[in-house]
Amino acid sequence: MLQEESDLSLIIAQIVQKLKGSNLYAQLERQAWACLQRPEIRLESLKEDIKEFFKASGWEKKLQNAVYSELNVYPLPSHPSAPPEHLKEPLVYMRKAQGSWEKRILKSLNSMCTELSIPLARKRPVGEQKELLNKWNEMGTDEPDLSLFRPVYAPKDFLEVLINLRNPNYENGDSLSFRTHLGLIQVPLKVKDIPELKECFVELGLNTGQLGIDDSTQVPPELFENEHVRIGQKVLVQQDSAAAQQYIRQGSPTALRAELWALILNISSQPEDVKLTASNDDYYFVFEDYLYQVLLCFSRDTSVLSHFAYNSASPPKSYIRGKLGLEEYAVFYPPNGVIPFHGFSMYVAPLCFLYHEPYKLYQIFREMYVRFFFRLHSISSHPSGIVSLCLLFETLLQTYLPQLFYHLREIGAQPLRISFKWMVRAFSGYLATDQLLLLWDRILGYNSLEILAVLAAAVFAFRAVNLMEVTSLAAAEAVLADLSTLKVMPLLQIFLFATVT
Amino acid sequence: MSRVLVPCHVKSTVALQVGDMRTSQGRPGVLVVDVTFPNVAPFELQEITFKNYYTAFLSIRVRHHTPLHTPSKWVTCLRDHCLMPDPHSEEGAQEYVSLFKHQMLCDMSRVLELRLILRQPSPLWLSFTVEELQIYQQGPKSPSLTFPKWLSHPVSNEQPAPRLEGLPDPSRVSSEVQQMWALTEMIRASHTSTRIGRFDVDGCYDLNLLSYT
Repeated sequence: MLQEESDLSLIIAQIVQKLKGSNLYAQLERQAWACLQRPEIRLESLKEDIKEFFKASGWEKKLQNAVYSELNVYPLPSHPSAPPEHLKEPLVYMRKAQGSWEKRILKSLNSMCTELSIPLARKRPVGEQKELLNKWNEMGTDEPDLSLFRPVYAPKDFLEVLINLRNPNYENGDSLSFRTHLGLIQVPLKVKDIPELKECFVELGLNTGQLGIDDSTQVPPELFENEHVRIGQKVLVQQDSAAAQQYIRQGSPTALRAELWALILNISSQPEDVKLTASNDDYYFVFEDYLYQVLLCFSRDTSVLSHFAYNSASPPKSYIRGKLGLEEYAVFYPPNGVIPFHGFSMYVAPLCFLYHEPYKLYQIFREMYVRFFFRLHSISSHPSGIVSLCLLFETLLQTYLPQLFYHLREIGAQPLRISFKWMVRAFSGYLATDQLLLLWDRILGYNSLEILAVLAAAVFAFRAVNLMEVTSLAAAEAVLADLSTLKVMPLLQIFLFATVT
Repeated sequence: MSRVLVPCHVKSTVALQVGDMRTSQGRPGVLVVDVTFPNVAPFELQEITFKNYYTAFLSIRVRHHTPLHTPSKWVTCLRDHCLMPDPHSEEGAQEYVSLFKHQMLCDMSRVLELRLILRQPSPLWLSFTVEELQIYQQGPKSPSLTFPKWLSHPVSNEQPAPRLEGLPDPSRVSSEVQQMWALTEMIRASHTSTRIGRFDVDGCYDLNLLSYT
């Protein structure tokens, strides 16, 4: 049909435009020039022969992976009349709410600067630069005095904003109706129910082998694990992103995980020039310094700015001192436009177990952030956005564990108040690391964060008996304080596929 | 295919409700919007675009220009087109929509008047409508954007035309033009997608406070 054809050509044009400026394009061009020397390239059939060469040498696969990556990350081209803010967030009231939230953060940051009489940014004096170079390897142990600094905001402040989110065109009256939502989130976003989740997460079903379940010590490895590892190795040899993404839905073997994640996120194996403004020396990263250095680099990485095209948030602006209002002196602050919150480093910490080369660790983290983590702390209507995840969690609980939900509500322990902090941090710091990595395997495999809400509901279901006996919010928090012994995959499987409703 | 905006007059919406409007509770679930084209001859409709605002289903009726003095009747050209897959939730509620000639059930040449029938069965929304309504007719055929054949294939099989004195070799000229064209395409493409990398202004990044605008 006419419309579909023109939609497809628009998508193709957009992807070609994106890839033209990339490293891969330059490499492909160089390869094409270099291969002209080869005997099998004939002038009469130049185009076809070069295409054949690309296919045989694996370059076509690299291009395929790049295209697949673009399709996964960037939203489809929108209607020609739609303004750019519509691509960031289609619902006007959500855009406004995100704008007010950002303004609050900016005010808080500005007042902190004024109170403590420090500027937002200034060039380090020469003496301090030398000091930093000398101490680069031990940065974690010798921090400046941060006792006067408060965190810009904590997850619970953000939760309060989400609780007060209202659609002005929605019937928000006090009278109960068939659609009254008894949880904290009061916006009518579309969320999946269990039958839809079962369809979506079909590879987590009871009849499919899983790492995290079918690789336990009681199960003989010949039944599933050996074959799964063999397939994983084959996928890595083929270097196919799409195949890797499908494969990892059943979990990744520990030995293959680092490479599989890099393949899915389309991270090249060449070390990229990570622009370190503090030092250009070869450095040795000690584990606990990784976090500090990765986040320092991250805050200065301007390539992160491109993700604001599809993020409902916008980067804060500032002006060079003395040039307020002059557009040629406007800059973004921080350079990457992302203001971190209390606990932000928890997004990086689990990755330190997988990657030991600094540039790879950094690239993986940056890609994970611009694909997934940014959605956990901005207000949007996206199905993987934190608002949808909260609503999905509450709806699952209200629908499939109504007694528990009602009881917790009655004692003043709204379930979301407990599970919010888990979801905002993608469970990092709450689960045991091996379990967390199995969970993040599925985030990559399904290209969605919905699994976080499903797991949160599954945890409540698992501890339902204990929770029915508590009589206060504090007691409920205590029951759910320690998740470190939980096994993630059995919980998910039982909640989705084995619960009698 | 290019399109030309047709100036139209969108009348205010009329709610269809059963019973006494003043005393009955509940909001209307059906609205009718009439679109007329004063001072425009009957035209062939190419495209309708609008921004949705919580309308769930859209039907469109059209009145055609008829020859002689036969009265023109209203014909349904779009029936219950779904804009919101779930009328109770936000999906599709504020999307930009385009409807094309080929989606219509009847011939759209010689359009006189349009009537949009908006339906929103869910009682949860306070109001619903469509905004930024624009009607387009087919414009003149735009010049082909593809590279003309004589430029992209400088070496042709046919006998070259006898060259006039003093003029440069046509195949050389065409290949040079082709190179220049390729360069401009490259520059245009790379302008938007290369990264900038630097965050300071001429080496300076002294900032005092954040800006609120």
